[in-house]
Amino acid sequence: MSCLMTTYVARSKQVAARMLGGEMMIMSPRDTTLFNLNDVGSVIWESADGQTPLDDIVARLCVEFDVAPEVARQDAETFIQELAEHGIMHVSDQPIGAEPPRQEPS
Amino acid sequence: MNVLMEEMNRRALALNIPLGAQLDVTYRCNERCIHCYLDHDDHGEMTFDEMKDVLDQLADAGTLFLTLSGGEVFMRMDFFRILEYARKLSFCIKIKTNAFMIREKEADLIRDSDVSSVQVSIYSHRPEVHDAITLLPRSLERSVRGIRLMQERGVKVIIANVLMRQNMADYEGVRALAKSLGVESTIDPTITPKMDGDRAILGLGIGGQELRDVMHNADLVGNVDEFCATPPPVGDEDLDTVPCSASHTYCYISPYGDVFPCVQFPLPTGNVRKQKFLDIWRYSPQMNDVRSIRPRELPVCSSCSHIGTCTRCPGLAYMQGDMRGPSVQDCEKSYARTGIPSANMKLRFAATGGHPVEGQQIVNLVQIQ
Repeated sequence: MSCLMTTYVARSKQVAARMLGGEMMIMSPRDTTLFNLNDVGSVIWESADGQTPLDDIVARLCVEFDVAPEVARQDAETFIQELAEHGIMHVSDQPIGAEPPRQEPS
Repeated sequence: MNVLMEEMNRRALALNIPLGAQLDVTYRCNERCIHCYLDHDDHGEMTFDEMKDVLDQLADAGTLFLTLSGGEVFMRMDFFRILEYARKLSFCIKIKTNAFMIREKEADLIRDSDVSSVQVSIYSHRPEVHDAITLLPRSLERSVRGIRLMQERGVKVIIANVLMRQNMADYEGVRALAKSLGVESTIDPTITPKMDGDRAILGLGIGGQELRDVMHNADLVGNVDEFCATPPPVGDEDLDTVPCSASHTYCYISPYGDVFPCVQFPLPTGNVRKQKFLDIWRYSPQMNDVRSIRPRELPVCSSCSHIGTCTRCPGLAYMQGDMRGPSVQDCEKSYARTGIPSANMKLRFAATGGHPVEGQQIVNLVQIQ
């Protein structure tokens, strides 16, 4: 991911996902690999609608978790890279189509 | 079960979230399996819009694992619309089908729907046995074709085989068939009474000696010594644990909107046509009654040496008359596994002066009504 161009990230439509106790649980149906995202990861996941630039997601992380922009950026890129390697997050320099996230049960 | 899955179940249990659910989209079926517990007439299935509403409610309630079953799911002309809608809600979906109606087009659509697995019922590798159980000519041929089409497309297929007297000799053949098709297979010796309470089909179940043979088959159970070991001393943890997922993290919804604790537990708890799903899940007295069951309070089973290792099904016990009573079929399994009679069996033997007989169907000895 380059810091010089606008990056967009989108959740894969192929995965199963649900918010459980404040943390996002994600399962790849094909190989049943299960991922448990912490609160930072959950915010990135929910924000990864394919339309929101990564810069805006990083800015949200800075506000919600009171972290420096460079730290938030580094963490977000590492996280997104890992999910992308498992095929459950898509990365592009163009906006990507995606489904809206589900809300946690009230 | 991996650590993360255990943690997810633990969290769902603590938060009272129905992590898993089975939704039967129809009870209609093209087969007439001799052991089936369902009435296949349509008594007013939910419409597509009602199904959508139920799926929305399950997703909002936190359900992740969804099984779509029947009846035969493909008897519904709108099944793929239901499946597509469910996938948009990010469920992890398993389909149960007999695969009879799966041709290239259906196999393509299943592949494109990213379901986690498709379970197909196969009772024998021999058409004369399988078709005599389904009562549908050429059903084995058609089902195997459906499996092959899905497997070729990378869909994970699991063959499920229910053991009965009719097909007891063929389970190795079914396993070999599964291997030749490149798919997994499971077997289950449990015959479930009909939903209307008719228990006559239990007579199709395999006998005690056959059950013992299955339980001691290393190809099926792995380490026989471990699987069939004498149960360890019962501890407080065994007596205070949650006995199964029914009503704790799992529930079942019929094609008519009735909500039950489990597919094998026909205790009505509410109907989504009249109530919100979460209101039923959280506040139904019946659901909470099931939720309150702990082994310690079970009048017979609490004194049983098998209580820590038994697969006791409260739904089967309910169908025998008391959800807090013994599940005779699970008593049979514990006995077949270890050779040690359950507390329930000992009571019956004491009352009748009988004793377990090798090769005899134990259910006839210990039936409680």
